[in-house]
Amino acid sequence: MKKKLLSMMLASAMLAGVLAGCGSGNADSSAADNAGSSDAGTSAAAETNTAAETNTDTQTDGADTAAAAGGAEGAVLNIWCWNDEFQSRFNDYYPDVVSVSDDKSTTSLANGVVVKWTINPTTDNNYQNKLDEALMAQGSAADDDKIDIFLLEADYALKYVGEDVDVAVPLSELGITADDLADQYQYTKDIVSDASGRQRATSWQAAPGLFAYRRSIAKDVLGTDDPDEVQAALADWSKFNEVAAKAKDKGYYMLSGYQDSFRTFSNNVDKPWVEGTTVTVDPNIMAWIEQTKEFTDSGYNHKSSLWSDTWAQDQGADGKVFGFFYSTWGINFTLVGNAGEAGFGDWAVCEGPQPYYWGGTWVAAARGTDNPELVKDVMIKLTCTKSIMKAMTENRDIQDYTNTMSGMQEIASDPNFQSEFLGGQNHIALFSEVAPTIDMSNVSSYDQGCNEQIQNAFGDYFDGNIDVDTAKGNFETAIKELYPEITEVVWP
Amino acid sequence: MREKNSKKKTVTYEKWGYVFILPFFASFFIFSFLPLLDTVRYSFYEYYRSGLKEIGPNFIGLKNYIELLATDLPKYAANTFILWVIGFVPQIVISLLLASWFVDARLKIRAKQFFKVVIYLPNLIMAAAFSMLFFTLFSDTGPVNSFLVNQGITAEPIRFMATVGGTRGLIGLMNFLMWFGNTTIMLMAAIMGVSPSLFEAAEIDGCNPTQIFFKITLPLIRPILAYTMITSMIGGLQMFDVPQVLTGGSGNPDRTSMTLIMYLNNHLASKNYGMAGALSVYLFLVSAILCFIVYKMMNVDDPDGSKAAAKKQKKLAKKEARG
Repeated sequence: MKKKLLSMMLASAMLAGVLAGCGSGNADSSAADNAGSSDAGTSAAAETNTAAETNTDTQTDGADTAAAAGGAEGAVLNIWCWNDEFQSRFNDYYPDVVSVSDDKSTTSLANGVVVKWTINPTTDNNYQNKLDEALMAQGSAADDDKIDIFLLEADYALKYVGEDVDVAVPLSELGITADDLADQYQYTKDIVSDASGRQRATSWQAAPGLFAYRRSIAKDVLGTDDPDEVQAALADWSKFNEVAAKAKDKGYYMLSGYQDSFRTFSNNVDKPWVEGTTVTVDPNIMAWIEQTKEFTDSGYNHKSSLWSDTWAQDQGADGKVFGFFYSTWGINFTLVGNAGEAGFGDWAVCEGPQPYYWGGTWVAAARGTDNPELVKDVMIKLTCTKSIMKAMTENRDIQDYTNTMSGMQEIASDPNFQSEFLGGQNHIALFSEVAPTIDMSNVSSYDQGCNEQIQNAFGDYFDGNIDVDTAKGNFETAIKELYPEITEVVWP
Repeated sequence: MREKNSKKKTVTYEKWGYVFILPFFASFFIFSFLPLLDTVRYSFYEYYRSGLKEIGPNFIGLKNYIELLATDLPKYAANTFILWVIGFVPQIVISLLLASWFVDARLKIRAKQFFKVVIYLPNLIMAAAFSMLFFTLFSDTGPVNSFLVNQGITAEPIRFMATVGGTRGLIGLMNFLMWFGNTTIMLMAAIMGVSPSLFEAAEIDGCNPTQIFFKITLPLIRPILAYTMITSMIGGLQMFDVPQVLTGGSGNPDRTSMTLIMYLNNHLASKNYGMAGALSVYLFLVSAILCFIVYKMMNVDDPDGSKAAAKKQKKLAKKEARG
């Protein structure tokens, strides 16, 4: 008896050892964030690791029926993305959706095809790393494991739409015509077109930047919460700084964290981040560094970092932050959730001191997909169908600025459209002017890494731990680590 | 034994021993040893990924090794060492204290078993989860800060993760908490291995507890202490999950909590197999040296266990033989 007990114990100890080995192996680098977009401030990124892979292994129930119904098409539609934004749009607005599984990992369609969602948060290049692996193995993967659709962010879209890599199928090959895409904003087409002008991805949103402010704080600080008057008070950076000083006197913060205003500077640069193997830091980035240092030292910001808990709490009921730089997708995807019911009606948006854009998500068809017809249909329905996209904008919980020029014009001029969350403001009208002017000609395929690393490296400078030159050195080290091909970093 | 067997013609079970260990060796060979050789091979190559294109492998000799030494490798090695020391020093002190209390016959501590379990518990939590917990606890708006502010201990929240001392301190604290239970139990075993008659004799001779601890306990458990230190050092060399999760992989502030393995992980994240391979070889060499020391220590047959003592004994024996 005793011997048996001993052997059992030994066996379980051994098993525990084996499992422990697995444990430390899995605790991998990717400190996953809640990953709203590519910008996740890495210093705050130690969020849940286990949620990093909502990799779904639920196998296809309707596989057989699908093969019968869909003809030559595959029974599984694999979609890769980095958050649940597209997933919820798809589940709510794709007409053929029949049911969604309890854990949301799969969606069943009317023709029997099962959509499998693979969600990998974007921080630390995690999404791209996993996607790259999968795309490179695409040729040898079984049909049902092949990626059919993958999503792209503005920061790295160029990496995937190049002709030489050819991982995204040109839309023309899928049978989507220029007429289908005619109502989309031109910049959303240009950025994802290859050298010979073939568009390789399509988006359901345009992403003009905005400044979302808290009405109650604006009233206290400026005496008004009217978007036009607030905009007048924030019209340029010197006025913005004046308001920041006033807000501080009243006990508020102007911005939440270090990276809040980053996009207003970084997306107004004159040159792309990387040309050849040289990283060029734009003078505008240095302007961001200067401004943020000034804001930090004067106590105008709350020293949080983008996507961190502090940052999210600052948008909640007890927040003391005047406003947040956001893009149109940020309202529905982040702000509404963070502000909670209590925040409904307490927010408004204006253009802010400098026009800019931020992000945007594109849908691309993966080379080698076994569902080209279905992919085409998804793209047409969700990114080219005006009625569906208008419905997204009009949804109380979404309010996204969608990629249909005529649709947005209609909503902009519709006197009945108003956002309850934004206290009755018609924010679409505000952005229908700005959206067509967005210029993304200065993006490069290295943007995500460069943005993330420079925010990271200069966080220490803002904290007062190191001087500018050390921060510069740290950025150079980090960027060369991330992209071994980079040989040189040029500072203005 | 063998003679007996051959005479009696009984069945031998010897071969089964080999059969039973075969799966381990086979899987080790396929899944560990071959990749290991590959790692060494790639360390001499330029081999990374740029976007979706693979660069290399191009043979470049020792360039990776030289480049590593020229860049920040020494700094990260120093970080790793500092972080290990911050965790190890309190760990060994507290463990020694606890171990000598627990085994002291005169103290008669009750519920010893219970305490042993409790101090071992933190080790059962996954390091990454533990680190995440601390990240949340000590964040700028976390429970620790709201407690400090509410109690009026500090006016402003302390930004632990924004200072070098704070971050390193937290990492050290976590490593201490996770490992002191383990060390305590090991040292208890060591102390219990000391003959009780020695303690009794010391007591009769009028030693006070402090003297007993320093004159009897410490010298006699020195081999185990050294063993603990070296194994902990090997573990410290591989420190990864705690700082990685706490700092989100950045090793901030100012890369002062970037450990060697985090650095390795950065290279792997960018698929820079050549550089990562070279770094791994360096790490392997250091670990190998440490392991060798442990091996030597465990195999010296003298009561003290230390090399110096062994040498002394040999010399003495020689002298005696001569004289």
